[in-house]
Amino acid sequence: MELLVTRDAATAERSHWLLLHCVAVFAFLYLPIAILVLYSFNGEGVGGFPPHRLTLDWYRTLFADEPIWDSVLNSLEVALAAMAISLAFGVPAALALDRAQFPGKALFRRLVLLPLILPGIITGLSLLMLFNVAGMKLSLLTIALGHGTALISVATTEVFAGLQKLDRAQEEASLDLGANYWQTFWRITVPNLKLPIIGAALLIFTLSLDEIAVSFFLIGRDNTLPLEIWGRLRRGITPEINAVSTVIFGFSLIAIVLWYRLRMRGEGATDAGIEIVEVAEGGQA
Amino acid sequence: MGLTTTSLSATATATNSSAKPPLLRVRNLAKRFGKNVVLRDISLDVAEGEFLTILGESGSGKTTLLRIIAGFESASSGELWMGEEQLGRQPPYRRRVNTVFQHYALFPHLTVEQNVGYGLRVARRPETEIAARVEDALAKVKMTAHAKAKPSKISGGQQQRVALARALVNRPRLLLLDEPLSALDANLRRQMQVELKSLQREVGISFIFVTHDQEEAMVMSDRIALLRSGELEQVATPREIYSQPATAYVAQFIGHTNLLKADVQGGIARCVAGAWPVEAADGVALFSLRPENIRVISPGGVGTAGGVRVRGRVRHQAFHGATELIRVECSENLALVVRTSSGAEAMEEEIELEFSPTDAVLVRESAERI
Amino acid sequence: MFSRGYKAAVTLPPVLWVALFLFTPYVLMFCYSFWSVSPAQTIVHSWDLNNYKDLLRVDVYWQTLLRSMWIAARVTIFSLLLAYPMAYFLSFQAGKRKDLLYQLVVIPLWVSYLVRAYAWKTILGSDGVLNTLLQYVHLTRHPLEFLLYSPFAVVLTLTHIYTPFAFLPIYAALEHIPRNLVEASHDLGATPAQTFWRVILPLSIPGVLAGATFAFVLSLGDFLAPLLLGGPSGIMISNIVVSLFGAAYNWPLGAAISLCMLVLVVGLIFGSERLGKKWSFS
Repeated sequence: MELLVTRDAATAERSHWLLLHCVAVFAFLYLPIAILVLYSFNGEGVGGFPPHRLTLDWYRTLFADEPIWDSVLNSLEVALAAMAISLAFGVPAALALDRAQFPGKALFRRLVLLPLILPGIITGLSLLMLFNVAGMKLSLLTIALGHGTALISVATTEVFAGLQKLDRAQEEASLDLGANYWQTFWRITVPNLKLPIIGAALLIFTLSLDEIAVSFFLIGRDNTLPLEIWGRLRRGITPEINAVSTVIFGFSLIAIVLWYRLRMRGEGATDAGIEIVEVAEGGQA
Repeated sequence: MGLTTTSLSATATATNSSAKPPLLRVRNLAKRFGKNVVLRDISLDVAEGEFLTILGESGSGKTTLLRIIAGFESASSGELWMGEEQLGRQPPYRRRVNTVFQHYALFPHLTVEQNVGYGLRVARRPETEIAARVEDALAKVKMTAHAKAKPSKISGGQQQRVALARALVNRPRLLLLDEPLSALDANLRRQMQVELKSLQREVGISFIFVTHDQEEAMVMSDRIALLRSGELEQVATPREIYSQPATAYVAQFIGHTNLLKADVQGGIARCVAGAWPVEAADGVALFSLRPENIRVISPGGVGTAGGVRVRGRVRHQAFHGATELIRVECSENLALVVRTSSGAEAMEEEIELEFSPTDAVLVRESAERI
Repeated sequence: MFSRGYKAAVTLPPVLWVALFLFTPYVLMFCYSFWSVSPAQTIVHSWDLNNYKDLLRVDVYWQTLLRSMWIAARVTIFSLLLAYPMAYFLSFQAGKRKDLLYQLVVIPLWVSYLVRAYAWKTILGSDGVLNTLLQYVHLTRHPLEFLLYSPFAVVLTLTHIYTPFAFLPIYAALEHIPRNLVEASHDLGATPAQTFWRVILPLSIPGVLAGATFAFVLSLGDFLAPLLLGGPSGIMISNIVVSLFGAAYNWPLGAAISLCMLVLVVGLIFGSERLGKKWSFS
């Protein structure tokens, strides 16, 4: 109980309940993940208590499964393209929101941030109609355009939060010393926003890898990983899904650790999640 | 006021450099932010090699004026000339003007050396030249030992020197300094004032130095431009601005003073303190009288011929080291602050004071502005 | 300090992109909602309100919309009930382990949505972990069928998924409360409970509103969890839209329903923002 900072008996009493509550919520949040990992090694496949016989069979099946690996490659391509699109438009959008005044700025801000909180189905369907009217064939490209557009919001919120902390005199000093706007952007602005930009890139990449609601409507012939998994889940329960999910979870954990180690070096950086939530909801952009 | 400013600056320029055209000419400059007028009708010359201080309280517009010269803000109207060149529409990076920022604005991701070499590098100078000039500049500010350090690892005073080297290494024609000493503690500040002044003499570059500290302005400047609520009150040498303040505001802002309101009739000024001859038009006039120009006449002592005398009671004393300021109440609506060095006066003692009419400087009333 | 050219360079590309890929699609959705489908399965560009009339006339549409809102409301309430005490504990009582615990809440967000929904399916199914466990310890003899393919399964799964979303803004709001306010309250004689109700809770309202909006809006539009775990009784409004855009091939009607959702959602966001501003004092 040493982690409790108690004031008096009354607080201590309540803290026990709060602690219990926290433990229960954590159990609720982690139970499915634990089940997933556990049953990926279960000889009996999915379900059934208690688990039987440890096995790596599902991983063997997984590694021999070509459609899965094709879809992984597709997902990686989409995620990279989405990252490029979101950063290419999201970083300037943050700069524009921070330092330019133009008619329709408020609407622009709303539109950029909207996909962050909008159910994916609306973003996906509206884009489907656009591509349909434009006569574009659905493919990985349309998914990448969809992800890229929806995730501009992430790049913009992250970079905008970074800009709020950036001392304007830095850029003034650069201009003063003879660097033009282009040189100043690459030599001063970007290095100072390194952390938000990398953070946004990581976040966009992972969110795109996992995205399904938008992809669902923009899919062509080639599946992304979540859609491939979705297709199999619809057909019935397949144990190799546990294996692939565990692998993805492993990679996610690595990404998290990488991100936090990066953040440790840039002391004082607030958490990406909090910033996004605050900007999206607080309307401070 | 335009007239006074021009004539004063003309004389001051003449003393600094003979017949050379001024380096920087500011003409009728104004700046508005929306309805808010920050600067109005500023005209000012800066001579080659001159150390000019823009002095003013916070909110007087001094930093805005500096930022317009640097190119970070554009003027709403008026002109800015450097030699035969209009600076007005030029972006900051094309101006041969460099700035030392208030909090230095050193790039945190670059080393001291890279910070100083930044301007040369973006100008694409050859690396050998960059290395040589950076080394030179660092030597000049005695920072060679810290060349490889990041800005966060050096002290405030050291950051200050690096900022200076970073600006000077580009050989600007004009260096702007925005309250560069305000972040330093008092002792370091005094030391840097001396160093900065001698560095300026050595490099021979014109400095425009912005500060709110009148003492700093007096110590360092060739000339001081005193700014109040967006208008120039007076531009003159420190000596002139102290002994011949143009307005009541200037007189009060620089050092201590007594303001005497007198009624002028036929060349004689009259007030509670007494009467004395002046060259001024009839009507109400304001006079500035410095505390050190008032003498205490010892009991039974004899005054000077033509001196104005007044009696009063000592009401307040403040010890200032070498001197003491005493407040003497002469009548219900006149109290004079007097600087004495004896410390002989006692509280509530009645004493006699005297000043010479030539020391009562006629000043204009400063218009009330918000 | 930034030139016109600079401002134009950073403004124009994103504005054009957003106009093309975020604004035009909503306009198209608006247009589609007035069109109709011919018997030959082509889109007829005739402008009328028939789709909206259908929406009101056909029971299944508005009933499903109401049911979806009811499911979303339950998810919101449960998420808040789970998230708020946890956020409070982390912010005020977790001491040095605060950061670690915070990361533990965030980590599940990095695990695929689909995978977590699927994990609940393996837990709740009739041969699932829970049922076999219950039988194994002889608590039940037959599998509990209501666990899966029911609104219960949908609410449970969505609560699991959106609790961290509700947690983040609440935690942020609690973290922003200056600690000397709490001390001042104690100093003025308020008990910890009084301090909570009179100081901490009011100051955290904007965070609660933000968290509630996230949970409600995102679960309202969900269609994957209902498809996977809902069964016929757990169908939500988005599932109808999906079928209208798929097998049923009635894009205009689908667009009309989506537009209603969009308006509802944007209205909610605006409302919660305005309420949040009323409750923010800094």
